Amino acid sequence: MNPPDTLEATQPSSPTKVIVNDVTFQMATANGTGSQSANNIFAKTLFRMGIPVAAKNLFPSNIQGLPTWFSLRASKDGYTSCKRDIDFLVGMNPATWSKDVAEVRQGAAVLYNSDELSSEILKSRPDLVTYPVPITTLVKEHIPAPKLRKMLANVVYVGAVAELLGMDHDVLRGVIADNFKSKPKAVDINVKAAEVGREYVRQNLEKKDPFRVETMNANEGKLLIEGNTMGALGALMGGCTTLFWYPITPSSSLPEALIAQFRRFRIDPSNEEHRYVDVQCEDELASAGAVLGAGWAGARSCTSTSGPGISLMSEFIGFGYYAEIPSVFFDVQRVGPSTGLPTRTAQGDILLCYHCSHGDTKNICLLPGGPEEYYEFSRQAFDVADRFQTPVFVLSDLDLGMNFWMCDQPEYPTEGFDRGKVMSEEDLENAKSFGRYRDVDGDGIPYRTLPGNKHPLASYFTRGSGHDEDANYSEDGDTFRRNLARIGKKIEGSRDKLPQPILDANDKAKVGLIAYGSTEAAMQEVRDMLSSDGVPTSYLRLRALPVAKNVVEDFLRNHERVYIIEQNRDGQLETILRDDIRNGELTDRLRHVRHFTGIPIDAQTVRSSVLEQEKN
Amino acid sequence: MNTATTNHAGFAKSDYEGQPSTLCKGCGHDNITRHIITAYYEMGINPYDVVKPSGIGCSSKTPAYFIHRGYGINSVHGRMPSVSLGAKLANGNLQVVGISGDGDSASIGMGQFCHAVRRNLDMVYVVENNGVYGLTKGQFSATADRGSTLKTGDINSLEDIDLCATAITLNGTFVARAYSNDAKQLRAMIKASIAHRGTSLLDVISPCVTFNNHEGSTKSISYVKEHDVHLNQVGFVPHWEQDEVELKAGEASEIRLPDGSQIVVRQVRDNYDPTDRIAALQVLREVADQGEILTGLIYVSPQEPDFNTISKLNATKGLCHYDEADLRPTKEQMSEYLASYR
Repeated sequence: MNPPDTLEATQPSSPTKVIVNDVTFQMATANGTGSQSANNIFAKTLFRMGIPVAAKNLFPSNIQGLPTWFSLRASKDGYTSCKRDIDFLVGMNPATWSKDVAEVRQGAAVLYNSDELSSEILKSRPDLVTYPVPITTLVKEHIPAPKLRKMLANVVYVGAVAELLGMDHDVLRGVIADNFKSKPKAVDINVKAAEVGREYVRQNLEKKDPFRVETMNANEGKLLIEGNTMGALGALMGGCTTLFWYPITPSSSLPEALIAQFRRFRIDPSNEEHRYVDVQCEDELASAGAVLGAGWAGARSCTSTSGPGISLMSEFIGFGYYAEIPSVFFDVQRVGPSTGLPTRTAQGDILLCYHCSHGDTKNICLLPGGPEEYYEFSRQAFDVADRFQTPVFVLSDLDLGMNFWMCDQPEYPTEGFDRGKVMSEEDLENAKSFGRYRDVDGDGIPYRTLPGNKHPLASYFTRGSGHDEDANYSEDGDTFRRNLARIGKKIEGSRDKLPQPILDANDKAKVGLIAYGSTEAAMQEVRDMLSSDGVPTSYLRLRALPVAKNVVEDFLRNHERVYIIEQNRDGQLETILRDDIRNGELTDRLRHVRHFTGIPIDAQTVRSSVLEQEKN
Repeated sequence: MNTATTNHAGFAKSDYEGQPSTLCKGCGHDNITRHIITAYYEMGINPYDVVKPSGIGCSSKTPAYFIHRGYGINSVHGRMPSVSLGAKLANGNLQVVGISGDGDSASIGMGQFCHAVRRNLDMVYVVENNGVYGLTKGQFSATADRGSTLKTGDINSLEDIDLCATAITLNGTFVARAYSNDAKQLRAMIKASIAHRGTSLLDVISPCVTFNNHEGSTKSISYVKEHDVHLNQVGFVPHWEQDEVELKAGEASEIRLPDGSQIVVRQVRDNYDPTDRIAALQVLREVADQGEILTGLIYVSPQEPDFNTISKLNATKGLCHYDEADLRPTKEQMSEYLASYR
């Protein structure tokens, strides 16, 4: 966490001025105490009040007892990126209390459990508005079941903060009721805990901070949903029938959501038959092998993992690339290398996935910029994989995958599956001839048959070793070169057939910004800030690799300076662009902002860096 | 060749043959290939339904040498089982014959071997076991016996991994060991393993004539010939030939498989019951301790559900054959599902 930023001046802290629907909360708790559920209730209540919200969970790689922070931004302007300056702190964890207090912005409000946390600490920050609440005593007095007290303490602070902010208590009660729909007994006790917090504030505390929330109407038709659930839904709608996976944070919630969706939608009620299979494999190598086996046999198949898993899968991915097997790999990126920061976010696997495996490989990667696209690209990935007969990556990250996002209801697909160039018995009969790796159409994409096809021309032998156009074993150098070059042509040909970059051009802008993936969440705010700083910008968001080169070249041509904004150290996307665009006149315009703290990128960081570089 | 000669499925023997082998002359693996061709032909398995996943190594090259009408996939080292898993789940109609070796299954792919057995995926899992890495010119594998020597004279100081014993401890449902040069036994076992519903492990001792056929090797042709101890003699009677079988009482026991065919087990070792798991482990240990090689049907449990059944998949329509109408919830169902996120 960074100290309060003096540049930030959008929220003056004068207690006399009321600030409505523009507040960033931080709940500092310990993991394993049940705070997640309480925090989600809090977020959902604001969401249902029609106020745009973004919730981020900063958690340790641990089950119980280590610090965890939940950050929630309510923004009438719809800004959903991480914000460094905390306006309202809820202190529940003695272990982080002094650090938590030191880091909140000037004039922030602090509600804390005064039974557990020392008020001494607050003396160093006389600028803060403080609300001591004896939460431990309150739960002891009001919650009869000792086992539930620890968990419900969190709901007490939700009720207390809700009262201080002026939240709609009916909405809060409704959210609690929905949240515990499956265990009605829990509803009453949770509602009670919230009431206890609310009542304590009413009786004992005077509102002194400027923050208020009021009902808005900004969330019409929107969902508040974990990104990985949207990714899973895309796979469901994309016709994935075979899921092979191995648990790893931050990926696991994608397969788990997909399995829940499978159970809901893919079991035939008349006979209990499954139209899916999910296998938790022995490791990532097995997941990758099974995905390729299923893809080879004609099923739509995927796995979901994070960086370490991709490393383990990489031999198979190269096999899939060279043997040309449709397959989908989700990489929910986290901080590396090795186990890195397993519960923190990064865009650190771009190069790994793009060039995954030994030898010459270039893999198609889709880069969703938000939950809607996570769904959309996940669904499309299965078509792309079939169309280009190759492993396709969907690269999200912990921020997009595991945090709760507001998003539009996903579009119901109007088109059917595109299974690509698969030849049936009848097709073979008409064609009179078949060679698995022949470039019949000149696009580098061969035709394939599926095992079980009973036409005498259909059978072929798949191998990672050298093979000729008819899939026969060959160690002939020219044959190998021809085949590898054809695969290269195939992937090159995908540049204008993948999700194209989205350009928001500003005629007045000399500065261009390029970003991708979850960085998108910060970009509108970045541009609004820079615009008020006198730096109007254009924005190009890349959505797939290999990139649409012409679009990027035009963007560079039209701007004097172009900043590539990435959440990694080495400028992985920049490396790819510099490799693609071998034109010094254009690449000399490139500058960059690189963020790699494991915390989702925030607008302020980008803005400061751009302004600093614009001075030079 | 008489082209009019076909099996009961209407295919000629030539439909089950493959490319010429490129292995060394006299390699045990070529015998296994030959018996696979005959067994699949005689069983009348539609060759277009046969998929032939393999890993890496001499053994894993062999799928190119049999059933050219089928679909081979020579994948990566030690990972044949996972490719088989994906293919069989994608389309349950496929007949999987996975080919692996001792390096492939007992070292680099040991994890996948174990989990394949544990899942009981319906497949024939052939380990062409010669105790040595051939393609890389003669290093020990993990199935080499302690005290056996390399061609260079190096002595193996570690105990071997017995894949049959391992499979039995993992609740494998069909575990057999054969010798590549014992045609009668091997052919019957391949047939039985095709008919068995579940993972059929065939650990076939298959001498490497180039790197492991010397004095001091315990997997040379002469050593195996001298030390092959038959646990039982296995016969196989397919379901369409049941009427023709006449067994003399007391001479043999029959194990009926779910498809109606029978494994006929003629006892060689007294009172050995191949459905007794504890006895199986005991006999494997006893014979190995005597420096002998036990062959025969070691263990079978014919009624366990295979992985496609456990996964509740349709028995005839493969997952690969469903389209968007079968797989997508309706627009209304999708909205209903998403309502809880509002």
